Amino acid sequence: MPDARPYRAEDPGQPPSLFPPYRSTALRSPRQPLVRVPQTLTEITGPAGTWEALMGPALADLTCHARGLGEAIGQRIIVSGRVLDEDARPVPDTVVEIWQANAAGRYIHRNDQWNAPLDPNFTGTGRVVTDAQGRYRFTTIRPGAYPWGNHRNAWRPAHIHLSLLGPAFATRLVTQLYFPDDPLIEIDPIANAVPLPYRNRLVARFDIDTTEPNHALGYVFDIVLRGRDATPWEP
Amino acid sequence: MTDDPIGLPHNPDPRPDNQDPALFGQTPWQTVGPFFHYGLPWKGGADLVGGSDIGARTDLFPEEHDVLHLAPPRGPVRGETIALVGTVRDGEGRPVPDAMIEIWGANAAGRYHGAADDRADVALDPGFIGFGRAAVSAEGTFRFLTVKPGPVPIQVGGNRWQAPHLAVGVFGRGLLKRLVTRVYFADADANDEDPILALVPEARRQTLVAPRVSEDPPTYRFDIVLSGDGETVFFDL
Ligand SMILES: [Fe+3]
Repeated sequence: MPDARPYRAEDPGQPPSLFPPYRSTALRSPRQPLVRVPQTLTEITGPAGTWEALMGPALADLTCHARGLGEAIGQRIIVSGRVLDEDARPVPDTVVEIWQANAAGRYIHRNDQWNAPLDPNFTGTGRVVTDAQGRYRFTTIRPGAYPWGNHRNAWRPAHIHLSLLGPAFATRLVTQLYFPDDPLIEIDPIANAVPLPYRNRLVARFDIDTTEPNHALGYVFDIVLRGRDATPWEP
Repeated sequence: MTDDPIGLPHNPDPRPDNQDPALFGQTPWQTVGPFFHYGLPWKGGADLVGGSDIGARTDLFPEEHDVLHLAPPRGPVRGETIALVGTVRDGEGRPVPDAMIEIWGANAAGRYHGAADDRADVALDPGFIGFGRAAVSAEGTFRFLTVKPGPVPIQVGGNRWQAPHLAVGVFGRGLLKRLVTRVYFADADANDEDPILALVPEARRQTLVAPRVSEDPPTYRFDIVLSGDGETVFFDL
C-alpha cells in the first residue's frame, strides 16, 4: 500500500493571507477562518511525472531561447539548487517553473507599463524537471528591480518567481528568489510578509563553485517543500 | 572556506540566507504577482480532455516571445465531459482579472493519476491526467473542460468514500499564498455523506456546491469569492 501519511502543516515562516502593507491583500484575503480539514487521497496525490505531456519540453537556458534570436542583455547568471522535503530528502522528477523581468526590470507582459526597455532577445520564462537528487539548474539574466504602485516610491527587489508542484496537491509552492545584499528586500511589503528570520530562506547565496569561468555568476537556492507528517487520517 | 592562491577567501562570508543550516525549513510562499501569464498557464491547460487550447492568455504578451507549450492531443477520455465555469471576485464583488485557477481531480472511475493511488481494481485512463491550470479572463472568468470525477475513498485501502469533487487552488496578485478549496456537484447524491463537506459550517456549504447551469456539455458554475459577503470556504490542509 502506498504511503498515506499527510503532509505537514504550514510552518511559522509562511506569510499570512492578509498583510496590510501589501495593499492588494485587503480585498483578496478571506475574512472567515480557514476550515481545517484532513488530507485525503485527493490532497496526497498529484500529477507527478507528467510534465512533458502537460507543460512541454524543458527550457533551461533563458538567455537564448527567444525563438532563435540573439543573446539577451544583462548579467548572465546560473541559478541552481535542490528541491528537498522537510526531512532534507530530495524531491526528484518535479517541475520547477520560473518567470522574471529582464535586466532592466521590465516584464514582456502587456500590463507592465513601466518605461524601462524591453529586450527583444529575452522572454524571461523557463521550466525544468528535477533529477534523481532533486537538483535543478537554470541559466538566465539577473533581473532588475522595478517600481510598482503599492505606495509612494515602491520598488520590488530584484527577484525570480518560482512555481513547484512537488509530489502532491498538498505540496504546491509558488515563491520568489531574492539576491543577497539587495537593500530593497527589507523595505518590500511582499518579502516582509514573511517574518524574520524565515525571510532569509528567500535569499539566494552567491557561490563561486556554481559560477562558470568566463561565462556566468552562480547562485544557489534550495527549495524545501512540505514533508510527511506522522500518521494517516481515517475517521 | 579554502583560500585560493591570491590569499582571499574562496567564498565570501555568508549573510543569513537560503543556505544557512539554522534556517532550514519550508520555503515561504510569495504571490504569483500580476505577470505570470507568459510563464505558467499553457495552451490547453484548462482542457483536461484535450483538443482545445483554452487556459492561456496569449493576448497579454508579444507573439514573438511566446514559448508556451500547446498541450498535445489526448487519446479518447473515458467518462462524461463537463465544463466548470465561474468568476473570481474580490471583497467588493468586483471581478479579479489577474487570478489563476488550478484543479486536480480523479478520473471518471475515481482513480487518481500518480503513485500515491495504486489501486489495481480501479483503472487508470491513459488519456487523462486530471490536472488543469487556467488564467482567468479580463472579466475574472474561467472555463475548464474535464470529466466528471468518480467517487474516491478517503484513503487507499479505506472503505469510506468522498462524493465526487475537484480540488481547487486559487492564485493571483494580492494572494500571498494559494487559497485551497473544493468544488462538489449539486446533482450528485453523495454530497450529504461527504466527510469533508461535513466539516464545513452548514450555512457556508453551498459555496462549494456547483449547480448545473447548462448542457452540451453539462456545465457547472463555481464562482469564487475571495473575501467578504458570500466568501467561498477555503481550507487549511
Ligand atoms: Fe515580479
